[in-house]
Amino acid sequence: MTAPVAEAPVPETKTPFYRNVKVLSWAFQVVVFFIVLTVLLWLWGNYLTNTRESGIPTNFDFLNNPASFAIPGADFETTESVRNAYVIGLLNTIRVSAVGIILTTILGILIGIGRLSKNWIVSKLSTVYVEVIRNLPLLVIMTFTFLGVVLQVLPRIENAWDIGGLAIFSNRGIGVPWYADVSGLSLMAVLGIGLAGWWLLARWRHSVSDETGEPSHAGLIGGGFFLLVLVIGWTLLGPTITLPEVDGKQIAGGLRVDPSYFAVLVALVIYTASHIAEIVRGSIQAVPKGQGEAGTALALSGFQRMSLIILPQAMRIAIPPLGNQYLSLIKNSSLGAAFAYFELTNVTQITVGNGSPAVPAFALALVFYVALSLITSFFVNVANRRFKLVER
Amino acid sequence: MTVTAAPNRPASTKKPGAGRWIRRNLFRTPFDSLLTIGFGAISLYVVFRVFTFVFVNARWEIIQVNLKLLLVGRWPADDMAVLAVSLVVIGLWGGVIAGLIAGGQIRAGTSTIEEMTAAQRVSDLVRRFALIIATVLLLLLLTDTSGPWLTAPLIFVASLIGYWIGKVFGVRDLGTLASRIEILVLIAIPIGVFFYMTSAVPLADWEGFMFNVTSAAAGIVLSFPIGVLLALGRRSKLPLLKSVSIVYIEFVRGSPLFVLLLLANVSLEFFVPAALAPSKVVRAIVTFTVFTAAYIAEIVRGGLQSVPRGQEEAAKALGLTPAKQMFLIVLPQALRNIIPAQIGQFISLFKDTTLAGVALGILDLLNGAGAITQQADFRGQGLIIEALVFVAFLFWVGSFTMSRESQRLETKLGVGTR
Repeated sequence: MTAPVAEAPVPETKTPFYRNVKVLSWAFQVVVFFIVLTVLLWLWGNYLTNTRESGIPTNFDFLNNPASFAIPGADFETTESVRNAYVIGLLNTIRVSAVGIILTTILGILIGIGRLSKNWIVSKLSTVYVEVIRNLPLLVIMTFTFLGVVLQVLPRIENAWDIGGLAIFSNRGIGVPWYADVSGLSLMAVLGIGLAGWWLLARWRHSVSDETGEPSHAGLIGGGFFLLVLVIGWTLLGPTITLPEVDGKQIAGGLRVDPSYFAVLVALVIYTASHIAEIVRGSIQAVPKGQGEAGTALALSGFQRMSLIILPQAMRIAIPPLGNQYLSLIKNSSLGAAFAYFELTNVTQITVGNGSPAVPAFALALVFYVALSLITSFFVNVANRRFKLVER
Repeated sequence: MTVTAAPNRPASTKKPGAGRWIRRNLFRTPFDSLLTIGFGAISLYVVFRVFTFVFVNARWEIIQVNLKLLLVGRWPADDMAVLAVSLVVIGLWGGVIAGLIAGGQIRAGTSTIEEMTAAQRVSDLVRRFALIIATVLLLLLLTDTSGPWLTAPLIFVASLIGYWIGKVFGVRDLGTLASRIEILVLIAIPIGVFFYMTSAVPLADWEGFMFNVTSAAAGIVLSFPIGVLLALGRRSKLPLLKSVSIVYIEFVRGSPLFVLLLLANVSLEFFVPAALAPSKVVRAIVTFTVFTAAYIAEIVRGGLQSVPRGQEEAAKALGLTPAKQMFLIVLPQALRNIIPAQIGQFISLFKDTTLAGVALGILDLLNGAGAITQQADFRGQGLIIEALVFVAFLFWVGSFTMSRESQRLETKLGVGTR
């Protein structure tokens, strides 16, 4: 029998609280948080005192005041509220950003592919484009497109350039053919139905093709359906096409593109495309060389190899940085305010100049921009998850 | 029956001729030929137009007359000597730093400079900085005073002397008293130059291209510590710190710089006491700092993620405290990896300083270029293109040289390949 082992007394070495990592880290956090809070409260207190002393409101009541400024190119009365002006500004920001994103993606991909072209002139031209544009401030480019091109190169309205009656260029605006007599909503609905049908048909044909091995003809069937919907919609709605024409001092008929919209859009597209081209080039180079060679071995044409094999894989790599470029394009559209384009920033600036309180007005604009950024990055993340390589 | 093998053709010893090169690179397929002819015609036309504009049609006298206004704004003519002295000192300072780095590499045996002959070294430098040298010469040719002609060689000589001092006397043993004094002196010099210059002309009156360069430099230097703290906060496991950092970073990254500048222009005096309400230039620098810090934070976060976990674990195994693990082991490696990205951020801020000109009404290079076309002598003559070409050229030379140097550094540091 063994002697009972005496329980070794556990030494009372409880860590003192000032050496306990958990306590310390929380104390540290609370101190930092407290400092941040103090600074913020100090700034906020200053703001409240200063605005009270100068009698400036700190609430959002100014949104109901009459705007008392006109917005060219929109049915906006000067008696309408500031709130409506903000809505139009936001819509204009979205208008230039959405069109800009589509155009700059196309241009950027073309130039990015061009840099890798075997054709010496194409690759050198693309390189020069990227290296020149990427290293210029966007504001310089936009000043150039506005002051240099739109206001100097484009002719006065009296001797506007008329291109075959289809388009009119003048420094009062640019006219292009457009539809009339139909609400935009119904036209969007037709387009939406057509595109949705195309997508569903293509999915169905692809799944059939995957199972049976017969050619899918997805593009043919889907595109045919799309055209069919367009034709039916066209005859049902019966819109007319109007051509632009010079009517005295302005452009009548067609769609009149505001000169400042044109300048801002062109500058944004040119500038962002130079960044996108670099992303596309890097992504294409990141696709293993064997993929392209395998495409050649399958006797695909150069165009098929690029569009079916290399680009889909390259775009998977390119989506996150592309998303960043889209975000910066949206934010850069705020520069339109410097060139009389009535987007969000410009509306804010004018209404502040008219006496609306500056801090709430600009805070509202910032919230809109942050929201736009968050929505865009949400879609980019969805796309990224959708196209991400499924790994084991 | 005998089979005679076809005689082996000897391998062609001819170098591929011009004809073959053209066929291969310009007329490979019919479509290729089409592209070549189309784009060839366009580029010839563009080159022709640019050439005739620059050498025949352009009226460069608008730049020549206003050169000082564009570069340093309304800096008083009497105080130009201050500017010259400052530039010479900065040249010396830059030379010392370059010399320190070169000397350190020689002692560590990683230098590639020692293998080069003097002629090779000169040609390497000329190749890398040809654009800057050409631009300086061009600007000198446009001046009509002798001051710049005297200052430019002095800056050059000062940087050479500085290089020699740094290489020969540089102390690289960190932790010694000598190296601490050295670091202090190197930090003190630009600060001293700054106070020397503000004693002549207050910061509020810094204009022209000088504003673009100095405010970008100030913005990047001031935002760096904030950015590092934000990155550490975002990476930390402490929930309060983490959320504060994330809210700051994401909010700033979602807002346009232009709107922030406009906000700072009209409302900074509401948030700080009237006595502190700063000048437009200070407002611009504060906004740049606030804005860039968020981007630097993301860059530093990327750098921290690029350091292998084993480094931190090894530091822990050595019994270092968490702070020492971070500041002695992980952070130095992370910061070394992000030097190229930092240069990229600097270039982007350098270009974005033009926004301050419009938003705050500072007479920076771009705003100045717009202003000179409104002068009585030049108004209404459509000279905005000349002015913009000059502005674009200066920004382009700066950004392009920096981005090429950053690429060089990237290959040298071996980021992503080691």
